[in-house]
Amino acid sequence: MIFSASTSIALVLVIPVVAAAVLALLPDYRLSSRLNMLASGLTFAASLSLFFVARPAPGQYLFVDDLNVVFIVLNTFVGFTTSVFSASYIGHELETGRLTPTYLRFYHAMYQVMMGGMNLALTANNIGLMWVGIELATLTTVLMVGIYRTHEALEAAWKYFILGSVGIGLALFGTILVYMAALPVVGEGVDGMVWTVLVTQASHFDPALINVAFVFLLLGYGTKVGLAPLHAWLPDAHAEGPTPISAVLSGLLLNVALYAVLRFKILLAANLGSVAPGPLMMTLGLVSLVFAALMLYRRRDIKRLFAYSSIEHMGIITFAFGMGGPVANFAGLLHMAMHSLTKSGIFFAVGHVTQIKGTQKIAEIRGLTQTHPWLGWSLVIGVVAIAGLPPFGVFMSEFLVVSSTFAREPWLAIPLVLGIVLALGALFYHLNGIAFSDPTGSTAPSDASYVPMIVHFGLVLVAGVFLPPTLVVWFRHVAEILG
Amino acid sequence: MGHGLTFDVAHLLGGGLVLVSFLMITQHRLYALLNAFALQAVLLALSVAWQASVQHAPHLYITALIALVFKAIIVPVGLHRIIQRLGIHREIETVIGSGTTMLAGMGLVALSMTVMLKVTPTADPLAREDLAFALSVVLLGLLMMVTRRNAVSQVVGFMSLENGLVFAGTGARGMPLVVEISVAFSVLIAFFVIGVFLFRIRERFDTVDIEALDRFRGERR
Repeated sequence: MIFSASTSIALVLVIPVVAAAVLALLPDYRLSSRLNMLASGLTFAASLSLFFVARPAPGQYLFVDDLNVVFIVLNTFVGFTTSVFSASYIGHELETGRLTPTYLRFYHAMYQVMMGGMNLALTANNIGLMWVGIELATLTTVLMVGIYRTHEALEAAWKYFILGSVGIGLALFGTILVYMAALPVVGEGVDGMVWTVLVTQASHFDPALINVAFVFLLLGYGTKVGLAPLHAWLPDAHAEGPTPISAVLSGLLLNVALYAVLRFKILLAANLGSVAPGPLMMTLGLVSLVFAALMLYRRRDIKRLFAYSSIEHMGIITFAFGMGGPVANFAGLLHMAMHSLTKSGIFFAVGHVTQIKGTQKIAEIRGLTQTHPWLGWSLVIGVVAIAGLPPFGVFMSEFLVVSSTFAREPWLAIPLVLGIVLALGALFYHLNGIAFSDPTGSTAPSDASYVPMIVHFGLVLVAGVFLPPTLVVWFRHVAEILG
Repeated sequence: MGHGLTFDVAHLLGGGLVLVSFLMITQHRLYALLNAFALQAVLLALSVAWQASVQHAPHLYITALIALVFKAIIVPVGLHRIIQRLGIHREIETVIGSGTTMLAGMGLVALSMTVMLKVTPTADPLAREDLAFALSVVLLGLLMMVTRRNAVSQVVGFMSLENGLVFAGTGARGMPLVVEISVAFSVLIAFFVIGVFLFRIRERFDTVDIEALDRFRGERR
């Protein structure tokens, strides 16, 4: 067979690298934005092929299993739709002079490097390599957040860089500790970092050492997930960078960091003497949820509003995975996928809105459904979906999280439901003004493409009404792996 | 009980790293801070080279060389130039006083000793004490990043943190090379990022003080 899984993995990694090199050299931005789309589309196609080809035995550096396929496909899909959105977004940025052609060249190359970094982190079978991938993706997003070079953009990028590096440092220390724990059992060399080897030997590791390692890893990668109180970089980075970057940050990078935490959670679960990682994750998740829900009320900037909403949802997802068990893990996975699709869709809408109105201030964005019916109503749909109302997919996953919490930990359901309801109130409070009051500001029609946004919301709607049985079986299987 | 020369030298160098970290958190002048950082990088290079010879792991010499050339020479010289060009060679403003910083630092070292020595009773004594020292250096670097407002000293704090990480990585026997390269690589990228930032900040604000970037955005928390 010519087309094996190793070819697919290689393609998922090589396409972004080649594309980045080509895009860095191309001066014409129209051509580069199309090439960016093409490369992202090809990467998505390569990741889809992972479903159909036979899997090789896990290598020392790369591998595919049922868990990471879900993440890779989601990652490359949102990467692809965002590149389509980005193509219609950047033309406007060039017209208004916020970006120059040179910066756009840099932007497109960095976009592909970032996708490559995330794909590397997801396909890595080596905990060192996984760290490298996440670090690469983080550094490129730091550069992209600062690309407008305004006061606020630089401050946001600097804050992100400093907090991100602290997270990176702690995660690496945790990785070294895992290797130290594996050393007496697995022996010296590369094997001590290969995840598939570690997980089979984990029951023999020293429990105390692996506990400490997990604390470092949770705090380190948790900074990237945006869990409170380590979230300070997240709202700024979302608000000040280009909107396509906000979409991939919320939709993808947070997930990739969470994926790393999950890998180590599985490792810990295989060791009977270690502490249960669940309660730690549940606490961080609930704190993030309630904190972010409260913060939502006083937001005045539309991108910061949805950034806090991302913290809220990452809190719910972390909580669900922390609780564990087949139902909660299933709910967590589903919620992660739904949140990625919905939130990046919302950022697409917000990107168009801020370009039309020329501002990110909520107070100056009014009455969208009257002036821009398609955009306004899409945003309404997006917010209804993200707030967790039926008939959208987020409703189903949140419902599953809440119901399994009632069944397993009834007391914790109180803060959980409280956080969700508070967030819903805040979102509708803001949405009312944005969508339905008297229109203000520019009413110029937008010539941007709404296709990516509509595709995302359409998928979330379909998932809410009918979830394909194959997907359910797949997610159930992954939920079992997660333990 | 004696552990022999191997242990003593490694111990000496590891302890030296922690001491220099203390020197750095109390240093008030940027140039002095850079010198202290260069000293730490030299100590790191020596310590890594020692590990290379003890573990019979020649690839670690590369890491030692990178620490020596890149961290002890190129980076301090480069930052020295930047400081000169920006004209910010005056006192560093610290958010809290040096006495408090010192006490906090001592607390962190005590914490890392307690935690690391407690959780690694079975590991070989050299590796576990290395880990304890490494964690101290990492935490002191973190402390520096938190207590300084000046962008250059935050960067130095970050690099000192990385020194601790490299020290930990090389102390772990047979840790794959991929990690060392990646650490060195990340420092390179980090420096590149920092350079870009410093120049942009300079271009726009004529200052690298982080607080100068703070501006009322309508929702300062």
